[in-house]
Amino acid sequence: MPLNVEMVSADRTVWSGEALSVAAPAADGDMGVLPGHQPVLAVLRPGAVRVRPLEGGQTVELEVSGGFLSVDQDEITIVVDPTTAEAAADTQES
Amino acid sequence: MGAQQRIYKQRIRSTQTLKKMFRAMELIAASRIGKARDRAVQASPYERAITRAVSAVATHGDVDHPLTTERTDTNRVAMLVVTADRGQAGAYSASVLREAEQLRLELEEEGKEVALYVAGRRGVSYYQFRRREIVRSWTGNSDNPAVQTAEEIGTTLLEAFGAPVDEGGVSELHLVFTRFRSMVSQEPQVVRMLPLEVVDGVAPVGEEALPLYEFEPSPEAVLDALLPRYIRARMFNALLQAAASELAARQRAMHTAVENAEDIIRNYTRLANQARQAEITQEISEIVSGADALAAS
Repeated sequence: MPLNVEMVSADRTVWSGEALSVAAPAADGDMGVLPGHQPVLAVLRPGAVRVRPLEGGQTVELEVSGGFLSVDQDEITIVVDPTTAEAAADTQES
Repeated sequence: MGAQQRIYKQRIRSTQTLKKMFRAMELIAASRIGKARDRAVQASPYERAITRAVSAVATHGDVDHPLTTERTDTNRVAMLVVTADRGQAGAYSASVLREAEQLRLELEEEGKEVALYVAGRRGVSYYQFRRREIVRSWTGNSDNPAVQTAEEIGTTLLEAFGAPVDEGGVSELHLVFTRFRSMVSQEPQVVRMLPLEVVDGVAPVGEEALPLYEFEPSPEAVLDALLPRYIRARMFNALLQAAASELAARQRAMHTAVENAEDIIRNYTRLANQARQAEITQEISEIVSGADALAAS
Protein backbone atom coordinates (compact mmCIF):
# COMPACT_ATOMS: atom_id res chain seq x y z
CA MET A 1 0.00 0.00 0.00
CA PRO A 2 1.51 3.29 -1.04
CA LEU A 3 1.81 6.38 1.09
CA ASN A 4 -0.46 9.32 0.47
CA VAL A 5 1.76 12.34 0.60
CA GLU A 6 0.77 15.96 0.74
CA MET A 7 3.53 18.55 0.91
CA VAL A 8 2.24 22.02 1.63
CA SER A 9 3.81 25.43 2.11
CA ALA A 10 2.10 28.53 3.46
CA ASP A 11 0.53 29.60 0.20
CA ARG A 12 -0.02 26.40 -1.73
CA THR A 13 0.41 22.69 -2.13
CA VAL A 14 3.97 21.99 -3.23
CA TRP A 15 3.60 18.34 -4.10
CA SER A 16 0.97 15.72 -3.57
CA GLY A 17 0.48 12.17 -4.71
CA GLU A 18 1.28 8.58 -3.89
CA ALA A 19 4.74 7.62 -2.83
CA LEU A 20 6.81 4.60 -1.89
CA SER A 21 8.84 6.32 0.78
CA VAL A 22 9.57 9.66 2.33
CA ALA A 23 12.79 10.82 3.93
CA ALA A 24 12.83 13.96 6.03
CA PRO A 25 15.36 15.70 8.26
CA ALA A 26 13.62 15.39 11.63
CA ALA A 27 14.96 17.39 14.56
CA ASP A 28 16.85 14.49 16.12
CA GLY A 29 18.12 12.96 12.92
CA ASP A 30 16.93 11.97 9.49
CA MET A 31 13.77 9.96 9.41
CA GLY A 32 12.59 7.56 6.74
CA VAL A 33 8.93 6.72 6.42
CA LEU A 34 7.66 3.57 4.74
CA PRO A 35 4.07 2.34 4.57
CA GLY A 36 2.79 1.17 7.94
CA HIS A 37 4.78 3.66 9.97
CA GLN A 38 3.41 4.49 13.40
CA PRO A 39 1.69 7.87 13.82
CA VAL A 40 4.26 10.53 14.44
CA LEU A 41 4.49 14.31 14.57
CA ALA A 42 8.02 15.46 13.96
CA VAL A 43 9.63 18.86 13.76
CA LEU A 44 11.99 19.32 10.83
CA ARG A 45 15.35 20.98 10.84
CA PRO A 46 16.90 22.60 7.76
CA GLY A 47 17.74 20.01 5.13
CA ALA A 48 16.28 18.18 2.18
CA VAL A 49 12.95 16.37 2.11
CA ARG A 50 12.95 13.46 -0.35
CA VAL A 51 9.89 11.76 -1.67
CA ARG A 52 10.10 8.63 -3.85
CA PRO A 53 6.92 8.73 -5.91
CA LEU A 54 4.99 5.58 -6.85
CA GLU A 55 5.14 6.49 -10.50
CA GLY A 56 7.62 8.51 -12.45
CA GLY A 57 10.73 7.18 -10.72
CA GLN A 58 12.36 10.58 -10.23
CA THR A 59 12.88 11.39 -6.57
CA VAL A 60 11.30 14.68 -5.58
CA GLU A 61 13.69 16.68 -3.48
CA LEU A 62 13.03 19.96 -1.73
CA GLU A 63 15.38 22.00 0.40
CA VAL A 64 13.56 23.26 3.47
CA SER A 65 14.51 25.60 6.26
CA GLY A 66 12.01 24.09 8.65
CA GLY A 67 8.58 22.64 9.02
CA PHE A 68 7.00 19.52 10.39
CA LEU A 69 5.89 16.12 9.32
CA SER A 70 2.86 14.18 10.40
CA VAL A 71 2.27 10.52 9.68
CA ASP A 72 -1.15 9.06 10.24
CA GLN A 73 -2.06 5.66 8.79
CA ASP A 74 -0.07 6.14 5.62
CA GLU A 75 -1.41 9.66 5.25
CA ILE A 76 1.62 11.89 5.33
CA THR A 77 1.42 15.64 5.61
CA ILE A 78 4.62 17.60 5.32
CA VAL A 79 4.41 21.24 6.14
CA VAL A 80 7.48 22.95 4.77
CA ASP A 81 9.14 26.33 4.66
CA PRO A 82 10.93 26.16 1.32
CA THR A 83 14.33 27.83 1.49
CA THR A 84 13.53 29.73 -1.68
CA ALA A 85 10.41 30.26 -3.69
CA GLU A 86 12.22 29.00 -6.78
CA ALA A 87 13.08 25.72 -5.11
CA ALA A 88 9.42 25.13 -4.45
CA ALA A 89 8.45 26.11 -7.96
CA ASP A 90 11.03 23.70 -9.41
CA THR A 91 9.60 20.83 -7.43
CA GLN A 92 6.15 21.52 -8.68
CA GLU A 93 7.22 21.53 -12.29
CA SER A 94 9.20 18.31 -12.19
CA MET B 1 -26.32 76.55 -29.20
CA GLY B 2 -27.53 78.23 -26.05
CA ALA B 3 -25.46 78.58 -22.93
CA GLN B 4 -27.78 76.33 -20.96
CA GLN B 5 -27.51 73.54 -23.49
CA ARG B 6 -23.73 73.79 -23.60
CA ILE B 7 -23.47 73.38 -19.84
CA TYR B 8 -25.61 70.25 -19.91
CA LYS B 9 -23.58 68.78 -22.76
CA GLN B 10 -20.40 69.43 -20.82
CA ARG B 11 -21.75 67.66 -17.76
CA ILE B 12 -22.91 64.70 -19.80
CA ARG B 13 -19.47 64.35 -21.33
CA SER B 14 -17.63 64.51 -18.03
CA THR B 15 -20.01 62.02 -16.44
CA GLN B 16 -19.46 59.70 -19.37
CA THR B 17 -15.71 59.82 -18.78
CA LEU B 18 -16.23 59.03 -15.12
CA LYS B 19 -18.55 56.20 -16.02
CA LYS B 20 -15.85 54.64 -18.18
CA MET B 21 -13.41 54.82 -15.27
CA PHE B 22 -15.87 53.27 -12.84
CA ARG B 23 -16.62 50.52 -15.32
CA ALA B 24 -12.90 49.78 -15.76
CA MET B 25 -12.37 49.62 -11.99
CA GLU B 26 -15.35 47.33 -11.63
CA LEU B 27 -13.94 44.96 -14.23
CA ILE B 28 -10.47 45.00 -12.67
CA ALA B 29 -11.90 44.21 -9.24
CA ALA B 30 -14.02 41.44 -10.72
CA SER B 31 -11.07 39.79 -12.40
CA ARG B 32 -8.86 40.05 -9.33
CA ILE B 33 -11.42 38.63 -6.99
CA GLY B 34 -11.25 35.27 -8.72
CA LYS B 35 -7.51 35.24 -8.23
CA ALA B 36 -7.85 36.23 -4.57
CA ARG B 37 -10.29 33.38 -3.96
CA ASP B 38 -7.98 30.92 -5.70
CA ARG B 39 -5.17 31.96 -3.41
CA ALA B 40 -7.36 31.43 -0.37
CA VAL B 41 -8.22 27.96 -1.68
CA GLN B 42 -4.56 27.16 -2.33
CA ALA B 43 -3.55 28.24 1.15
CA SER B 44 -6.19 26.15 2.87
CA PRO B 45 -4.34 22.77 2.85
CA TYR B 46 -1.60 24.38 4.90
CA GLU B 47 -4.00 25.76 7.44
CA ARG B 48 -5.84 22.46 7.60
CA ALA B 49 -2.61 20.54 8.17
CA ILE B 50 -1.52 22.87 10.95
CA THR B 51 -4.89 22.99 12.64
CA ARG B 52 -4.99 19.20 12.61
CA ALA B 53 -1.53 18.94 14.09
CA VAL B 54 -2.32 21.49 16.80
CA SER B 55 -5.44 19.55 17.69
CA ALA B 56 -3.36 16.37 17.80
CA VAL B 57 -1.02 17.90 20.33
CA ALA B 58 -3.91 19.42 22.26
CA THR B 59 -5.69 16.08 22.63
CA HIS B 60 -2.43 14.50 23.67
CA GLY B 61 -2.49 16.14 27.04
CA ASP B 62 -2.19 19.38 28.89
CA VAL B 63 -1.09 22.09 26.59
CA ASP B 64 1.09 24.47 28.44
CA HIS B 65 2.87 26.97 26.32
CA PRO B 66 3.66 30.68 26.66
CA LEU B 67 1.39 31.39 23.70
CA THR B 68 -1.61 29.78 25.38
CA THR B 69 -1.08 31.32 28.80
CA GLU B 70 -2.68 34.55 29.90
CA ARG B 71 -0.22 37.28 30.71
CA THR B 72 -1.05 39.25 33.79
CA ASP B 73 1.99 41.48 34.09
CA THR B 74 0.85 44.19 31.68
CA ASN B 75 -2.42 45.78 30.63
CA ARG B 76 -1.18 46.67 27.20
CA VAL B 77 -3.03 44.86 24.44
CA ALA B 78 -2.30 44.83 20.73
CA MET B 79 -4.91 45.48 18.09
CA LEU B 80 -4.24 44.77 14.44
CA VAL B 81 -6.59 46.48 12.02
CA VAL B 82 -6.65 45.24 8.45
CA THR B 83 -7.87 47.86 5.99
CA ALA B 84 -7.52 48.61 2.29
CA ASP B 85 -4.70 50.50 0.62
CA ARG B 86 -6.99 52.42 -1.67
CA GLY B 87 -10.43 53.89 -1.40
CA GLN B 88 -13.22 53.43 -3.94
CA ALA B 89 -14.38 50.37 -2.09
CA GLY B 90 -17.57 51.65 -0.56
CA ALA B 91 -17.80 51.24 3.18
CA TYR B 92 -15.12 48.54 3.33
CA SER B 93 -12.44 50.40 5.27
CA ALA B 94 -14.96 52.50 7.16
CA SER B 95 -16.76 49.52 8.60
CA VAL B 96 -13.52 47.83 9.67
CA LEU B 97 -12.41 51.02 11.36
CA ARG B 98 -15.78 51.43 13.07
CA GLU B 99 -15.49 47.91 14.43
CA ALA B 100 -11.94 48.67 15.57
CA GLU B 101 -13.04 51.84 17.36
CA GLN B 102 -15.72 49.93 19.16
CA LEU B 103 -13.26 47.27 20.24
CA ARG B 104 -10.87 49.96 21.44
CA LEU B 105 -13.58 51.55 23.59
CA GLU B 106 -14.45 48.18 25.08
CA LEU B 107 -10.83 47.41 25.84
CA GLU B 108 -10.25 50.80 27.37
CA GLU B 109 -13.31 50.37 29.55
CA GLU B 110 -11.69 47.22 30.88
CA GLY B 111 -8.73 49.38 31.82
CA LYS B 112 -6.46 48.19 29.05
CA GLU B 113 -4.10 50.22 27.00
CA VAL B 114 -4.33 49.62 23.26
CA ALA B 115 -1.22 49.36 21.11
CA LEU B 116 -2.18 49.93 17.52
CA TYR B 117 -0.92 47.91 14.55
CA VAL B 118 -2.35 48.80 11.17
CA ALA B 119 -2.26 47.13 7.78
CA GLY B 120 -3.39 49.14 4.77
CA ARG B 121 -2.93 52.79 3.89
CA ARG B 122 -6.53 53.80 4.60
CA GLY B 123 -6.21 52.71 8.18
CA VAL B 124 -2.86 54.43 8.58
CA SER B 125 -4.19 57.75 7.32
CA TYR B 126 -7.32 57.41 9.46
CA TYR B 127 -5.28 57.05 12.62
CA GLN B 128 -2.64 59.55 11.62
CA PHE B 129 -5.30 62.18 11.04
CA ARG B 130 -6.57 61.55 14.55
CA ARG B 131 -3.03 61.69 15.91
CA ARG B 132 -3.13 58.22 17.38
CA GLU B 133 0.12 56.49 17.89
CA ILE B 134 0.68 53.59 15.51
CA VAL B 135 3.23 51.07 16.75
CA ARG B 136 3.79 49.57 13.37
CA SER B 137 2.09 49.59 10.01
CA TRP B 138 2.26 47.65 6.78
CA THR B 139 1.10 49.15 3.53
CA GLY B 140 1.01 48.10 -0.09
CA ASN B 141 -0.60 45.10 -1.74
CA SER B 142 -3.64 44.97 0.47
CA ASP B 143 -5.58 43.38 -2.38
CA ASN B 144 -2.89 40.79 -3.06
CA PRO B 145 -1.10 40.02 0.19
CA ALA B 146 2.19 38.15 0.06
CA VAL B 147 3.07 35.30 2.39
CA GLN B 148 6.10 37.33 3.44
CA THR B 149 3.90 40.17 4.67
CA ALA B 150 1.81 37.77 6.71
CA GLU B 151 4.98 36.21 8.15
CA GLU B 152 6.35 39.62 9.00
CA ILE B 153 3.14 40.70 10.71
CA GLY B 154 2.95 37.39 12.54
CA THR B 155 6.54 37.58 13.68
CA THR B 156 6.21 41.18 14.86
CA LEU B 157 3.12 40.45 16.88
CA LEU B 158 4.50 37.24 18.33
CA GLU B 159 7.57 39.16 19.39
CA ALA B 160 5.39 41.81 21.02
CA PHE B 161 3.53 39.08 22.88
CA GLY B 162 6.77 37.58 24.07
CA ALA B 163 8.49 40.87 24.94
CA PRO B 164 9.03 42.02 28.52
CA VAL B 165 6.76 44.75 29.88
CA ASP B 166 9.25 47.59 29.59
CA GLU B 167 9.91 46.80 25.94
CA GLY B 168 6.31 47.17 24.96
CA GLY B 169 5.10 43.67 25.64
CA VAL B 170 1.40 43.04 25.16
CA SER B 171 -0.88 40.63 26.93
CA GLU B 172 -3.44 40.08 24.21
CA LEU B 173 -3.74 40.32 20.48
CA HIS B 174 -6.98 41.25 18.81
CA LEU B 175 -7.38 41.11 15.08
CA VAL B 176 -9.95 43.22 13.26
CA PHE B 177 -10.48 42.18 9.66
CA THR B 178 -13.24 41.53 7.17
CA ARG B 179 -14.42 37.98 6.72
CA PHE B 180 -15.36 37.00 3.22
CA ARG B 181 -18.62 35.09 3.40
CA SER B 182 -19.73 35.40 -0.19
CA MET B 183 -19.61 37.83 -3.07
CA VAL B 184 -22.47 39.80 -1.55
CA SER B 185 -21.70 39.50 2.14
CA GLN B 186 -18.51 40.44 3.91
CA GLU B 187 -18.53 41.36 7.54
CA PRO B 188 -15.95 43.00 9.77
CA GLN B 189 -14.89 40.69 12.54
CA VAL B 190 -12.94 40.80 15.75
CA VAL B 191 -10.88 37.76 16.66
CA ARG B 192 -8.77 37.34 19.75
CA MET B 193 -5.69 35.57 18.50
CA LEU B 194 -3.43 35.56 21.52
CA PRO B 195 -3.31 34.00 23.97
CA LEU B 196 -4.50 30.99 22.03
CA GLU B 197 -7.37 28.92 23.29
CA VAL B 198 -6.23 25.51 22.24
CA VAL B 199 -7.40 23.53 25.20
CA ASP B 200 -11.01 23.15 24.14
CA GLY B 201 -10.04 21.82 20.73
CA VAL B 202 -8.93 24.09 17.94
CA ALA B 203 -11.32 22.75 15.37
CA PRO B 204 -13.34 19.65 14.74
CA VAL B 205 -11.01 17.46 12.76
CA GLY B 206 -13.55 14.99 11.50
CA GLU B 207 -15.30 11.92 12.76
CA GLU B 208 -12.35 9.58 13.17
CA ALA B 209 -10.47 9.91 16.40
CA LEU B 210 -6.95 11.21 16.22
CA PRO B 211 -4.38 8.47 16.64
CA LEU B 212 -1.91 8.53 19.46
CA TYR B 213 1.02 10.30 17.96
CA GLU B 214 4.60 9.89 18.78
CA PHE B 215 6.21 13.29 19.11
CA GLU B 216 9.62 13.89 17.75
CA PRO B 217 11.64 15.19 19.55
CA SER B 218 9.04 15.98 22.29
CA PRO B 219 5.47 17.27 22.55
CA GLU B 220 6.77 20.60 23.85
CA ALA B 221 9.18 21.03 20.96
CA VAL B 222 6.50 20.15 18.45
CA LEU B 223 4.17 22.68 20.03
CA ASP B 224 6.95 25.24 19.99
CA ALA B 225 7.30 24.80 16.27
CA LEU B 226 3.59 24.56 15.60
CA LEU B 227 1.99 27.44 17.42
CA PRO B 228 3.87 30.34 15.82
CA ARG B 229 3.18 28.70 12.48
CA TYR B 230 -0.45 28.39 13.39
CA ILE B 231 -0.62 32.08 14.21
CA ARG B 232 1.08 33.00 10.95
CA ALA B 233 -1.20 30.75 8.94
CA ARG B 234 -4.26 32.34 10.51
CA MET B 235 -2.77 35.77 9.90
CA PHE B 236 -2.26 34.93 6.24
CA ASN B 237 -5.75 33.56 6.02
CA ALA B 238 -7.14 36.75 7.54
CA LEU B 239 -5.19 38.87 5.04
CA LEU B 240 -6.45 36.78 2.13
CA GLN B 241 -10.02 37.06 3.30
CA ALA B 242 -9.63 40.78 3.78
CA ALA B 243 -8.24 41.07 0.25
CA ALA B 244 -11.14 39.16 -1.25
CA SER B 245 -13.58 41.26 0.76
CA GLU B 246 -11.92 44.46 -0.35
CA LEU B 247 -12.17 43.49 -3.99
CA ALA B 248 -15.79 42.41 -3.63
CA ALA B 249 -16.64 45.67 -1.88
CA ARG B 250 -14.83 47.61 -4.59
CA GLN B 251 -16.61 45.78 -7.35
CA ARG B 252 -19.97 46.47 -5.78
CA ALA B 253 -19.17 50.12 -5.09
CA MET B 254 -18.00 50.65 -8.65
CA HIS B 255 -21.05 48.89 -10.01
CA THR B 256 -23.26 51.30 -8.08
CA ALA B 257 -21.13 54.19 -9.29
CA VAL B 258 -21.64 53.15 -12.90
CA GLU B 259 -25.38 52.96 -12.35
CA ASN B 260 -25.43 56.36 -10.71
CA ALA B 261 -23.44 57.81 -13.57
CA GLU B 262 -26.00 56.39 -15.98
CA ASP B 263 -28.80 57.98 -13.98
CA ILE B 264 -27.06 61.33 -14.05
CA ILE B 265 -26.44 61.10 -17.77
CA ARG B 266 -30.10 60.28 -18.36
CA ASN B 267 -31.21 63.25 -16.27
CA TYR B 268 -28.88 65.65 -17.97
CA THR B 269 -29.88 64.38 -21.39
CA ARG B 270 -33.50 65.13 -20.50
CA LEU B 271 -32.61 68.58 -19.23
CA ALA B 272 -30.53 69.25 -22.34
CA ASN B 273 -33.42 68.22 -24.57
CA GLN B 274 -35.76 70.42 -22.60
CA ALA B 275 -33.38 73.34 -22.92
CA ARG B 276 -33.14 72.77 -26.67
CA GLN B 277 -36.92 72.61 -26.98
CA ALA B 278 -37.32 75.76 -24.91
CA GLU B 279 -34.81 77.54 -27.09
CA ILE B 280 -36.58 76.47 -30.28
CA THR B 281 -39.98 77.42 -28.88
CA GLN B 282 -38.61 80.78 -27.91
CA GLU B 283 -37.07 81.34 -31.32
CA ILE B 284 -40.32 80.39 -33.05
CA SER B 285 -42.36 82.69 -30.87
CA GLU B 286 -39.85 85.46 -31.50
CA ILE B 287 -40.08 84.94 -35.26
CA VAL B 288 -43.87 84.66 -35.20
CA SER B 289 -44.31 87.72 -33.06
CA GLY B 290 -41.79 89.55 -35.24
CA ALA B 291 -43.74 88.62 -38.36
CA ASP B 292 -47.00 89.61 -36.66
CA ALA B 293 -45.59 92.95 -35.74
CA LEU B 294 -44.41 93.52 -39.31
CA ALA B 295 -47.77 92.45 -40.73
CA ALA B 296 -49.62 94.72 -38.33
CA SER B 297 -47.60 97.76 -39.23
